[in-house]
Amino acid sequence: MAYASLIGAQVKRKEDPRLITGMATYVGDLDIPGTHHVALVRSPYAHANIRGIDTSAAASMPGVLAVVTGEDLLSEYEPMPMESSGEGEAPQDERDMEHTHHALSVNRVRHVGEAVVAVIATSMAIAQDAADEVIVEWEPLPAVADMQKARQDDAPLLFRDRPGNVERVWRKSTGDVDAAFGQAHRVVSQRMVSQRLAGIPMEGRAVLAMPDPGTGGVTIWTSTQAPHLSRKDLERTLRLPENLIRVIAPEVGGGFGVKIGIYPEDILLPVLAKRFGLPMCWIETRSEHMVATTHGRAQIADVAAAVQEDGTVTALRLHILADIGAYPQAPGIPKLTCRMATGVYRIPAVDLQATNVFTNTTPVAAYRGAGRPEAAYYIERLMDLVADELGMDPAEVRRKNFIPPDAFPYDTAAGETYDSGEYDKPLTRALELARYEALRKEQKRRREDGSGNLLGIGLACWVEMCGFGPFESAIVRVEPSGTVTVFTGVSPHGQGQETTFAQIVADHLGADFDRIVVRHGDTRETPMGVGTMGSRGLAVGGSAVVRATGKVRDKASRIAAHMLEAAPEDIVLQDGKYQVRGAPDRGLTLAEIADEAYDDDLPDDIEPGLEATSFFKPPELVYPFGAHVAVVEIERDTGKVHLCEYFSVDDCGPRISPVLVEGQVHGGLAQGISQALFEEVVYDQEGQVLSGTLMDYAVPRATHLPMFTTAETVTPTPHNPLGAKGIGEAATIGSTPTVVNAVLDALEPFGVRHIDMPLHPEKVWRAMQG
Amino acid sequence: MIPGQFDYHAPTTVQEAVQLLQEHGDEAKVLAGGHSLVPLMRLRLAAPSVLVDINRIPELRGINRTNGTVTIGATTTHATIERSEVLKRVLPMLPAAATVIGDPMVRNRGTFGGSLAHADPAGDWPAVALALNAEMRIVGPDGERTVPAGEFFVDLLTSAVEPGELLTHVSIPVPGGNVGMSYQKFGHPASGYAVTGVAAIVTLYENNYCLDCSIAITGAGTKATRATETENALRNQTLDEATMAQAAEQAGTGIDFLGDIYASEEYRQQLVKVYTKRALLAALHAANEGQSAEAQKTL
Repeated sequence: MAYASLIGAQVKRKEDPRLITGMATYVGDLDIPGTHHVALVRSPYAHANIRGIDTSAAASMPGVLAVVTGEDLLSEYEPMPMESSGEGEAPQDERDMEHTHHALSVNRVRHVGEAVVAVIATSMAIAQDAADEVIVEWEPLPAVADMQKARQDDAPLLFRDRPGNVERVWRKSTGDVDAAFGQAHRVVSQRMVSQRLAGIPMEGRAVLAMPDPGTGGVTIWTSTQAPHLSRKDLERTLRLPENLIRVIAPEVGGGFGVKIGIYPEDILLPVLAKRFGLPMCWIETRSEHMVATTHGRAQIADVAAAVQEDGTVTALRLHILADIGAYPQAPGIPKLTCRMATGVYRIPAVDLQATNVFTNTTPVAAYRGAGRPEAAYYIERLMDLVADELGMDPAEVRRKNFIPPDAFPYDTAAGETYDSGEYDKPLTRALELARYEALRKEQKRRREDGSGNLLGIGLACWVEMCGFGPFESAIVRVEPSGTVTVFTGVSPHGQGQETTFAQIVADHLGADFDRIVVRHGDTRETPMGVGTMGSRGLAVGGSAVVRATGKVRDKASRIAAHMLEAAPEDIVLQDGKYQVRGAPDRGLTLAEIADEAYDDDLPDDIEPGLEATSFFKPPELVYPFGAHVAVVEIERDTGKVHLCEYFSVDDCGPRISPVLVEGQVHGGLAQGISQALFEEVVYDQEGQVLSGTLMDYAVPRATHLPMFTTAETVTPTPHNPLGAKGIGEAATIGSTPTVVNAVLDALEPFGVRHIDMPLHPEKVWRAMQG
Repeated sequence: MIPGQFDYHAPTTVQEAVQLLQEHGDEAKVLAGGHSLVPLMRLRLAAPSVLVDINRIPELRGINRTNGTVTIGATTTHATIERSEVLKRVLPMLPAAATVIGDPMVRNRGTFGGSLAHADPAGDWPAVALALNAEMRIVGPDGERTVPAGEFFVDLLTSAVEPGELLTHVSIPVPGGNVGMSYQKFGHPASGYAVTGVAAIVTLYENNYCLDCSIAITGAGTKATRATETENALRNQTLDEATMAQAAEQAGTGIDFLGDIYASEEYRQQLVKVYTKRALLAALHAANEGQSAEAQKTL
């Protein structure tokens, strides 16, 4: 076999054949004998008391096993704190332990879509028919769906112990902000909205719980990004020993952050399974998803910069109002926005504040980027406004304020320590790719001409924090025949780490890529892990794989030394073989060594077996970055925005699998562009969802998007053995401000300063009408 | 997302279908492509207890051209219309409009007759049928009747098809002379439905002199509507951009405008003007390019 390095090579995804041929197994594909199906009766009101529930008609229908209310189950589990583990969780010492989750809401509901009754039947069709027959006597209460109205004195209160509907306020101040603003040549400020979005992975949530009568435990298949965190959260709630709960994330059809942490259904299904001694299955419908699965973003920001005459920003003020919905599921996210408030810029003084507000809406939690896209949006829109007010080019203002390459590691005023960065490199590259100067000339020509579509050029620079800890794990096991199985604590749900991790192991261990299997998502067979979120899979999970692989290689080298009668330190792995340095003709393959590792011949001083475990704790966060350019045209008579060209230059450190990185960038761009142009969850004043189906809520389609031009710069992080940062959220973060900046750039002749997203044609048209 | 229970019938003749519809009255719904009905049933917003599936009635499917008329069967799919060589020659607006309906999967299933009979205010076909002066053949217990498109769209989601009746065929006269036609659509980014769609047909004499024109609008209001004032303003005029733009200003007259979270009434008024102008310009261009050469030959 000719040996080629796989890290950095164009490798086809191991996952694709089963996904493309429909052979993958999602929760909904499981066929376990005796499974009963659960349909949920959900609140049609945004705020209401439950006065009574009549289940008799439903319960008497043929095929219905039982109809269960929240009251019925109260004694069977521990209510759990609202906050889930995972991205967006508040620090342990700041966690809200007072407000608790129920498997089915009891007494009162606070948003449309809260589940109050479970109907269990032999088929999903019967369960849904019976759910229609459940009668809930509601007492509607005044509701508030608007975060600004929620803070008014006369607003309905969601929780009596949270006056003003304020969940918490977080503040940070560094440097003399008032002095900087007082001495500023100009203060540039703007109120901006990062609107509420829905997650909408291809597969919704789904849970199947099966009791294990032998142990008293339970097996739970759930469409999650973090099976180990689920098990940890369920251990207390279900009052079961952690090692008797087996959580399996089978094939998971995307998550985008909304499948982190546990939902009421994650408690309900195992409780029902144990109560009735039967497997219980619930598959979320798309309609349920729109109201019962967490949303993202939903912030209003007042942002201001103190600016000197030459464009230098000396201080930043960012005050966020964050709509966290009806329950504090991930109240730490607005703080993440504040922590990234200064972006790629050297801004010495900051005044940051995030106020979390309850509203009668679906809880807001992580959604691709979770807090960082908001930060990038605010600072990058602000930079354009600074450029505009000073009459400078947007690129020039950014260059004026970049953290210089020699300043890393760099402590930002917002409290982060950026690991490494060279921010002008991707910007320069993106501007070159876009032929920026030529575009500006064409724009000038069109403006003078005054006819045809308006041309807009937008750019934005982004940086994000990722690679969260506390750790990630890996076991690398070489079987006697030389096959390798990798067990990882991360839980990919579309990312493709079965491929990436196999590439790493192939190179670092001299293993055959095609004979490596990567296992994940099952708490019984994988070591304790955290999960896949926050662009951490490779940086943290991949680093654990590197470490475990290194241990296995050391042992393989010792065994090879024994077999080749050489000193272990003389063994090198070269061209896929373990050989004595300088004697390439006597190399051993991994399979030959593995055979020996489990053989009786092994000397007494070498323990049999060939496997190792590693837990990698990232010493610090990592900070990938990049720069994007968008070119848009706007129809003068309709305001319709056409995204014509898009250039994305992203730096996530060394790329293990360029194909996968490219895929993440394309998907991320689609989502970020979609926030700019299409998506928004809309509530009316009563808390009813007006965008409750995919007929109203626009997810991006291929036809909405241009061909993307992507490129890279490579700045490794010193914080992990791969030098890798993260790419999962990157393009989402960069693209939203880029597109909005392009649209506002096109509208410059109309004197339009800002339009809030999504930039629907009507809004743009109205802005042009003045 | 599972519909409630219903009985299912799949008749093979029109007579049989009508009999079933009469038998079950209000309880029955006709299933053609199912692209409007099935989602409503899955959301349990509609719960008919009987479905009469008309897809197995052979005479309802297909496109026939006889003399100066094209007849399209009710269960002919959008995709069939999109690919029809006959239509591309004589009524090019139909295949062109089909390409902007939904996506390929929708077009492979959804039907011409189903879309018309459903009378969705944002459907594409109502405007096209109205502008082309289509005639709808409806079969009921008392036999057959013909309703002109102008009387077919009654109100929001209400067509002239009564309970117990079935829309079987749509006949469209092939316009003669130097004709150009175009359907221009502003689609909703989520649903793909027309926020505004305008179908325009112009018949020209020499030097862009307008002998006749026909304009119909969908998406903007409660039902598809003819832009009569604009048509009148353009007949017997020489068409140029300025004339058409001016006439298009009146295109919204008579429309009971709708507004929603994506586009307000006021914005739809603007879109009607803009898209009427665009449809007229495209129709004029098509006439000048000899789009309807084949249509001319036939007469």
